[in-house]
Amino acid sequence: MNESVLLRARGLRKLYGSGEGLVRAVDDVDLDVMRGEMLAVMGPSGCGKSTLLHLLGGLDRPSAGELSVAGRRIDQLSERALAQLRRHEVGFVFQAYHLMDELTAQENVELPALLAGRAPRDAKRRARQLLDQVGLADRADHLPSALSGGQRQRVAIARALANEPVVVLADEPTGNLDSAATLEVLRLFEVLHNGGLTLVIVTHDERIAAIADRLISMRDGALVDETRLAGGTRRSLADFAGLES
Amino acid sequence: MQQEIVLAMLAKEPSRAFQLRSRLDDALGPLAEGLNAGHIYVTLSRLEKARLVAVAGADGADTKVYRLTAAGHERVTEWLSEVSSPKPDLAEFHLKLIAAAAAGLADPISIVDLQRRELLRRLRDVQQAAMAEPNESDAGLVLEGIVLRLQADLRWLDSCERVWSERRSKR
Repeated sequence: MNESVLLRARGLRKLYGSGEGLVRAVDDVDLDVMRGEMLAVMGPSGCGKSTLLHLLGGLDRPSAGELSVAGRRIDQLSERALAQLRRHEVGFVFQAYHLMDELTAQENVELPALLAGRAPRDAKRRARQLLDQVGLADRADHLPSALSGGQRQRVAIARALANEPVVVLADEPTGNLDSAATLEVLRLFEVLHNGGLTLVIVTHDERIAAIADRLISMRDGALVDETRLAGGTRRSLADFAGLES
Repeated sequence: MQQEIVLAMLAKEPSRAFQLRSRLDDALGPLAEGLNAGHIYVTLSRLEKARLVAVAGADGADTKVYRLTAAGHERVTEWLSEVSSPKPDLAEFHLKLIAAAAAGLADPISIVDLQRRELLRRLRDVQQAAMAEPNESDAGLVLEGIVLRLQADLRWLDSCERVWSERRSKR
């Protein structure tokens, strides 16, 4: 297998129900995600993009097909082994942040490392470093309720990085954010991407799609289109702003 | 560039051409990069002929200092109170799809796909410029506006795709 392929799906399926009520949430998907790639997945609600993300991260099990992470098959793993995978190899970011309300930003970011059995001292040091990286060192002692939406999502991204995952999977990370907060999160993704992190982002937000290396579109559980946007248009920004005549 | 923009940049105080240019650069950031540097001189001389600006004097280095005339002031005031509306080119695109389908010349869905890719590439350019701007910058604000418009156009393309896919599946 090609060394640079991080996630590989072949004939991946997730079916719900049976007979008349059978839903093909993910239907025969082949997909390679390269190391260091930023991949955006778009499609209408119910097209199966969130289910695909859950399969890739071991949050859900496929009905059929093969799935590997860094060369290791995960479609047949036990529940226990899947939990290990989620804890050590994958970072998740959700639309609604999923932070613990009663813990500070710092404690939220420490939590995954503590659960993975790291020494509290190391967890603390790592959390400080991550909060600094996402520009929130001065908010470390704040509860989520005292943070803006954009800040909460940056804490959630720091938490996703706590155990140095091989990939971060994000489900509508800007879905609850206004323009300015979206820009903060996009800048952060760009920095992480430039640092070599692999990112798979399911989104309705064209702004994320536009900065990804590759955009795939889903309809009715299947991948229907793939676009590479690298290079842009080479037209001047003034032209887009209607300034040239 | 519209003459009114140059007039408006001059409204603050009598200025030399390069000062107007630097005011434009401050306000537009990366958007000003594509503008022709000589354009401002051409515009100023046209405005001078139209008696909307006058030369207030020249300093030792022979650079002209321009000022607004009373008529120029009036024109700027008018311009500020005008309501501008964006020029929508949606009807043309819509008619393209209808013509393509009616004459069987092209698949409307692939025309939509092509358009979407072009808009996404533009969005990429503008989004990257926006990400490079400091928060609250003047240029960041106009870039945000372009991003929002491109997003609206992309969402409309989704509607086009949905409708034309349904039509195709009914045939």
